[in-house]
Amino acid sequence: MADGSIGLWTVPLAVLGGAIRVSTPFLFVSLGECITERSGRINLGLEGTLVMGAMSAYGISYLTGSPWLGVLAAGVTGALLGALHAGICSLPRVNDVAVGIALMLFGTGLAFYLGKPLIEPTAPRLPAIDFGWWSDIPQLRAALRVNALFLIGVALAPILYWAFRTTRWGLLIRTAGESSDAARAMGHSVLLIRLRATMVGGFLAGIGGSFLSLFYPGSWNEGLSSGQGITAVALVIFARWDPLLCLWASLAFGGAAALGPALQSVGVTSGYHLFNAAPYILTLAIMIITCSPKRTLTGAPAELSITR
Amino acid sequence: MDFSRISRRHLLQGGAALTLGAAAGARPAFAADTTIGFIYVGSRDDYGYNQAHAQGAAALKKIPGLKVVEEEKVPETDAVEKTIESMINLDGATLLFPTSFGYYNPHMIKMATKYPKLRFEHCGGLWTDKDPKNAGSYFGYIDEAQYISGIVAGHTSKSGKLGFVAAKPIPQVLRNINAFALGAKLANPKATTQVIFTGDWSMPVKEAEATNSLIDQGVDVLTCHVDGPKTMVENAARRGAMVCGYHVNQSPLAPKAYLTGAEWNWEALYPKFVKMIAAGESIANFYRGGLKEEIVKTSPYGEAVSAEARKHADQVKAKFLSADGYAIFKGGLVDNKGKTVIAAGTDRGQKDPELEKMDYLVEGVIGATS
Repeated sequence: MADGSIGLWTVPLAVLGGAIRVSTPFLFVSLGECITERSGRINLGLEGTLVMGAMSAYGISYLTGSPWLGVLAAGVTGALLGALHAGICSLPRVNDVAVGIALMLFGTGLAFYLGKPLIEPTAPRLPAIDFGWWSDIPQLRAALRVNALFLIGVALAPILYWAFRTTRWGLLIRTAGESSDAARAMGHSVLLIRLRATMVGGFLAGIGGSFLSLFYPGSWNEGLSSGQGITAVALVIFARWDPLLCLWASLAFGGAAALGPALQSVGVTSGYHLFNAAPYILTLAIMIITCSPKRTLTGAPAELSITR
Repeated sequence: MDFSRISRRHLLQGGAALTLGAAAGARPAFAADTTIGFIYVGSRDDYGYNQAHAQGAAALKKIPGLKVVEEEKVPETDAVEKTIESMINLDGATLLFPTSFGYYNPHMIKMATKYPKLRFEHCGGLWTDKDPKNAGSYFGYIDEAQYISGIVAGHTSKSGKLGFVAAKPIPQVLRNINAFALGAKLANPKATTQVIFTGDWSMPVKEAEATNSLIDQGVDVLTCHVDGPKTMVENAARRGAMVCGYHVNQSPLAPKAYLTGAEWNWEALYPKFVKMIAAGESIANFYRGGLKEEIVKTSPYGEAVSAEARKHADQVKAKFLSADGYAIFKGGLVDNKGKTVIAAGTDRGQKDPELEKMDYLVEGVIGATS
């Protein structure tokens, strides 16, 4: 259009753009949690890991000038927090849900404390890859400015799906998750498997956090996550512990988060509180549709403390 | 709570300060070693609302003989009463600044009744005759600075479409949106201001999404009223749009895109309050002011602001500073549903309490309050 606006097309475009921009942290946290839960342990602390990842990525990127080093630092921080969770849970009679909640508070608190001096400076951000070069509509080009982390996340989902089904590692993780006795009978240490699974889960969640601070919204502040880590953990449950479903669920969440602002921008202004709540309504709806009192959740690892 | 602050010495100091306060009568005279307590709802370096107050507190720290104690991220619940009690009893604070809107009623009122000898100054509340006399509420007409931002934005925008990322449709926010839109229309009568409400004070992802949607709609100058404008400023600048700041000067975040901004000037007001108390003058319980009273200010113009825009904005600013003042909300004002909200002939001056109950968006604003 002559004045450069694209009218109602903003809404589908914003949902598409939102699916790409907002979904990445959900994707990484849910894939990480998927690995951890498949091994028979639930780590609710990933909200803390996400925030710690965001903070450390921003700090390292600011200090070294290299955002990719920041991403790596976020992953390592996440893995360490994962190791802490797994380490505490290895002790007898420790409840992993309680440890997770403690680590969530610890992670966010520590990140806020260490991140104080990082609110003001501006750190170098991750670059975007321009997939909209073929289009001359600036709005579409903006929506298609994709970060490499998103592509890695999208590729990771089918790889994990394949790995769980066909590789030896996938089988071991599933065995530890379905029957720790069987894993032990095979001569493997369940605790060690879970330690590694939780560390990998933390690594991915940390990277998800680095996306928040280094790409979108793209700066460090204390409200940055606003519960996305917790949402992503819930997302794993209704994605039925399936990495491919995690991908679709993350995309749906990202798109839903963009819906509220986009509808307001084209003039649908009534009930914006409802549209802003779209991601949570989506969660509830899917939970209601998929749950049943007659059976346990299909696909739930049998060793998981919430299903046992 | 910070338990490391508690020591016997502090307790003694607190007790001494209380007795001193009691001896000096209803309004404590500020002698040496006066302690002032600041309470923030969020982080004190958020590039926004809380940072503005913290800058005011920092100005007080420079005055010899004053001790400032601060606590951040205090929720607007009973928690603030506990913080106030500990600042009074452990730190010996005799003047308190609970800076967030929700602290006022019932929390601060309760504390002011309990400690009638101490002084409480609240930002944003509406003090009435029923409230304790040792409590006060102060606030700035920051809509004056938003109006100036609107003029600059109206001149700078090529599309004539401006964007406003807002938290919640409460009177203070609506007044800012309306002032910005009216200022823009002064510069360009065809200018529209599109508003998006994110639903809460600090929602970085929603604020970024709102910024992107507005720019997708052709908006090329944006401003906001959220607690931390950093997200909006950075994301808008990345998309090549211009911005007007809010709360504090955000130009270091986007030097090329930053036009001007509406800033608080607490670092001028707080030392003034302290001097008034020390001199034995009384501070009005209901304290308000704008550009003229130096409670708000505008950021220096950015390089993208044209000479014409500067001239126009400076002219209007001079009117605000003049003895007669200037009314933004003039008679014959129509809201964006076509209803007349201020009848023709009755200008509402800045001090008009009706304006603090604003519940409409003026003509030229695209958006709705519910």
